[in-house]
Amino acid sequence: MKKTEAPLDKRFKIAHREALIGVILVIINFIWWYGFSYGLGSAKVEDYQYIWGLPAWFFYSCIVGTLLMIVLVSLTVKFFFKDVPFEIEEEEKL
Amino acid sequence: MNWGVITPLLIFLFIIFAIGFWSNKLVLKSNSFLEGYFLGERSMGGFLLAMTMVATYGSASSFIGGPGVAYTRGLGWVLLSMTQLATGYFTLMVLGKKFAIVSRQYKAVTLIDFLKERYQSKTVVLLSAASIILFLFSSMIAQWIGGARLVESLTGLSYSTALFIFAFSVLVFVIVGGFRAVALTDTVQGVVMFLGTLILLIATIKAGGGVSNIISDLAAENPNLISPFGADGSLTPSYVSSYWILVGIGVVGLPQIAVRAMSYKNSKAMHSAIVIGTIVVGFIMLGMHLIGVFARPVLPGIKIGDTVMPLLSMKVLPPFLAGIVLAAPMAAIMSTVNALLILVSSALVKDVYLNYIKPKANDGHIKKVSFSVTAIIGIIVILFAWSPPDLIVWLNLFSFGGLESVFIWPVIMGLYWGKGNKYGAIASMIIGMGSYILFDRFYPNAFGFHTVVMPIILSLVGFVAISLVMKPKVSDMQVGLEK
Repeated sequence: MKKTEAPLDKRFKIAHREALIGVILVIINFIWWYGFSYGLGSAKVEDYQYIWGLPAWFFYSCIVGTLLMIVLVSLTVKFFFKDVPFEIEEEEKL
Repeated sequence: MNWGVITPLLIFLFIIFAIGFWSNKLVLKSNSFLEGYFLGERSMGGFLLAMTMVATYGSASSFIGGPGVAYTRGLGWVLLSMTQLATGYFTLMVLGKKFAIVSRQYKAVTLIDFLKERYQSKTVVLLSAASIILFLFSSMIAQWIGGARLVESLTGLSYSTALFIFAFSVLVFVIVGGFRAVALTDTVQGVVMFLGTLILLIATIKAGGGVSNIISDLAAENPNLISPFGADGSLTPSYVSSYWILVGIGVVGLPQIAVRAMSYKNSKAMHSAIVIGTIVVGFIMLGMHLIGVFARPVLPGIKIGDTVMPLLSMKVLPPFLAGIVLAAPMAAIMSTVNALLILVSSALVKDVYLNYIKPKANDGHIKKVSFSVTAIIGIIVILFAWSPPDLIVWLNLFSFGGLESVFIWPVIMGLYWGKGNKYGAIASMIIGMGSYILFDRFYPNAFGFHTVVMPIILSLVGFVAISLVMKPKVSDMQVGLEK
């Protein structure tokens, strides 16, 4: 195999970092989702607060949580994700 | 027959067909039939990639079954469905660039190609092909039944006529167009799913007299409907949380999703797909399940969950709009069936036939075999869907979790752990599949988790332990995979 090892390593390093970012995002997503839903939602239903007509636990956990993840995902992709060539041929041209 | 509803549906089918024939021309022109037919030649841009993942993943259950359960269980089920938000970004980030680069090095066209090159083992290939055929075949039949039921409820035709119409349109389409056709129509279908959700959500909130009104109606009927624990209080935090594994991160191990993660053009396409996919998945899952809950005060007393969506659309929308909204589940079912059909036929043609039966087939021969295998599978599926045997229903119930338990670690560890080897992969596949069946039969929802959790943990342990114990000869090791 005559593949050049050095540039491959560099691309994989980026790939590994981005996979790790994916894992971190899922953990943040889970904590937010779990914290608000069971944190606020475990109270008695009569004591619920409402936002925009929805129970507060649902509003924060599902609505705000979804928006938050969309923002976080967009930001990480924009600022932390790097463009890499996928084909070996392109690699050799560089 | 309700022509006001059926006309937009027919227009929708017509557009889908037009795309199929158009993309078939492109496949016939392209250089490699195999890559073109099964992979769309790695040419997908970001929007296409995001939409095809959403459409493949969003199936009958997201549009018909899911809202139906939300109707009976309340907001707790919407909370559970939001665990799927992760599929939008996690799959592409984790399989990500490494999978794209490595699969190009291997010239892999299917998930099995990747596993074959990575582990250099015939056993791995045959085990994978067997589980794909077994599980996806049965889940395809279930989707097919769902599609026929939908046509049946809209047109008033008999089940077998409805099944025939539905199956015929899907089959013609997949056989002539292959993967590129599937990806393109997935895009149209994804857009239809998105719009359908939006329209129906707004109409339902209006019909219920606003969100506050609906929520207080629900609370008056049964306060638990607006708690996270479900109408009967049975949705425990550990059970709901384990859906993060089943429908969130475990999706990485689904072959129909993984194959999409190797088919995009470049890293820009992947970046925009991550963002678009997260937005669309988030909106559709939240919207559809919320619709199911909100339907309760608007349309009380529905016994069969699967009928909530069609009945609601026809009640709260003018016929023409109802037709567009009901095209959404139709789109979801069609796109899932398309993807599965292509996948099963690629497992048979590419991974078994070309690997082991006739390795030196020329392009023309491959083309003939691909067309006929896809057609034959389609016909067998129709026959099964005509009167589904119990075994099929049972297999479909755990097709998701079963596939995840089999594939997740061979894929992930194959990518990120240089020491993983074929013995580990074989062990993890057998343990995953075996323990899933055993847990499902004898100890479902072990320790309060969903059944999928334990097999995934066990197959990870199996993979690591056996890989470390059984060291392969140096010549077996894959160059370029160690860090």
